Amino acid sequence: MIVAERKPFDEIKQLIKGYKRVLTVGCGTCVAVCLAGGEKEVGVLNAELKLGQKTEANQATFGEATVQRQCDVEFLDEIQHMVGGYDAILSMACGAGIQFMAERYPDIPVLPGVNTVFIGVNKDVGWYEERCKACGNCALGVTGGICPVTMCAKSLFNGPCGGTNQQSCEINSDQPCAWHMIYTRLARQGRLDNIMQIFPANDWRNQRPQTLVQPGYEERKAAAK
Amino acid sequence: MKSGSTLERILTAGHFAFTGELGPPRGANIEAIHKKAAPLKGMVDAVNITDNQTAVVRMSSWAASMFAIAEGLEPNYQMVCRDRNRLAMQGDILGASAHGIRNMLCLSGDHMQFGDHPQSKGVFDIDSIQLIQMVKKMRDEGQFLNGQEIDVPPKIFIGAAANPFAEPFEWRIYRLAKKIQAGADFIQTQCVFNMEKMREWIHRANDMGLTEKVYILAGVTPMKSLGMARYMKTKVPGMDVPDHIIDRLKGVEKTKQADEGIKIACEQIAEFKEMKGIAGVHLMPIEWEHKVPEIAERAHMLPRPQV
Repeated sequence: MIVAERKPFDEIKQLIKGYKRVLTVGCGTCVAVCLAGGEKEVGVLNAELKLGQKTEANQATFGEATVQRQCDVEFLDEIQHMVGGYDAILSMACGAGIQFMAERYPDIPVLPGVNTVFIGVNKDVGWYEERCKACGNCALGVTGGICPVTMCAKSLFNGPCGGTNQQSCEINSDQPCAWHMIYTRLARQGRLDNIMQIFPANDWRNQRPQTLVQPGYEERKAAAK
Repeated sequence: MKSGSTLERILTAGHFAFTGELGPPRGANIEAIHKKAAPLKGMVDAVNITDNQTAVVRMSSWAASMFAIAEGLEPNYQMVCRDRNRLAMQGDILGASAHGIRNMLCLSGDHMQFGDHPQSKGVFDIDSIQLIQMVKKMRDEGQFLNGQEIDVPPKIFIGAAANPFAEPFEWRIYRLAKKIQAGADFIQTQCVFNMEKMREWIHRANDMGLTEKVYILAGVTPMKSLGMARYMKTKVPGMDVPDHIIDRLKGVEKTKQADEGIKIACEQIAEFKEMKGIAGVHLMPIEWEHKVPEIAERAHMLPRPQV
């Protein structure tokens, strides 16, 4: 899932400064699971915002809504009837959801309430770790299911580097060395041959905006234009 | 001759090579280069010019390499994968070669987090092994990484680093093999303190026939003090400093620790001269350039062969 963390309260306050009516919109999928921008977090943030302006002369009003997914236009349509009553939207979705919201309602400012941090896994309640950088060229089949792009701090395809430090990465002793893990996993599976050959230079497909149309949907996309 | 560099000629003639290091200044200070270069002249066959070492901004390695040439030194131009993508790298390699830079050391580079701009974006478009491969392709096939033809290919003696100590130890030799397969002509190892492990590593390299395909220069760093030895042991990732080195420095008076450090380095060099599979020594005195003549003399590395 996509993992996000709420922006610091002062930064959010700064972002919405000057707006009289703010609609805080949560997203019920990834950011809800990682406890950053779901219905509950929208309620908490709005309560804080209301409390935080008690002493201020310029009072704003805060509305709230949470949709299933802000990255899906049909769910964004659900709040159409509310949007007209506000002069800013504070989106608690990931960066994709925020942009899609801004695209759907281009006449009012859409502001981010969270920082999107990574694509990751749920290690335990409230504990998430990054696992994918969406590089567009998955090497996991060769590297024992451990991503060299994400898990190596230098994204090396032919690691480990000289900084590998007793199974840890040079950047932090708590961060395991990806290539130590890859070696150990492949050795365990008898697949070390996989990394004996040199990985060629990667095709960094994620360096330009990507569009994907699944097979069979090309006509539908063409018709939408 | 692949490049015609002095280092290449020394090694191919079968001489025991001796290389040094010069870190560029943190500024446009030509005088600082001049000062660091002076004690190296005539003492070593080539001088590594570091590339934003420890991720700290310094004068660019190709520019400092040019100054080294002007000082009468042969540069070993270091390039890290951290700071430039494949376009910038290939452009710099062409420029370096056109200016007469003939040796290059291909490295990953220390992570940005260690340096003076920890917020920076690391490039790592390609890794050190892919960089070696790219330089070889440019030189031998006259082609850029994308296969397009180069109008006058660069002439570069290709170097790579090796860490004989890091875990998993069994993998180290295969990573060396990958660097040779990629096209490395010579290897400079990480600073060696653990001679026992070094002997085992080079033994494996000999067994696999790797030392017949590449020239290996063993990295030697003289300890300046007990404090430095302790720091290297505990704080520098990838270093392997055995306790007996610490104990030996502990055993002498504080004022004599530097001398003891040089003595240890000279003993290592003496052993490397006799070690099958070792073609030379890469001396890395840390901020101790002025001691190079003394070390060269005491290690019987002088005079340097003229080739």
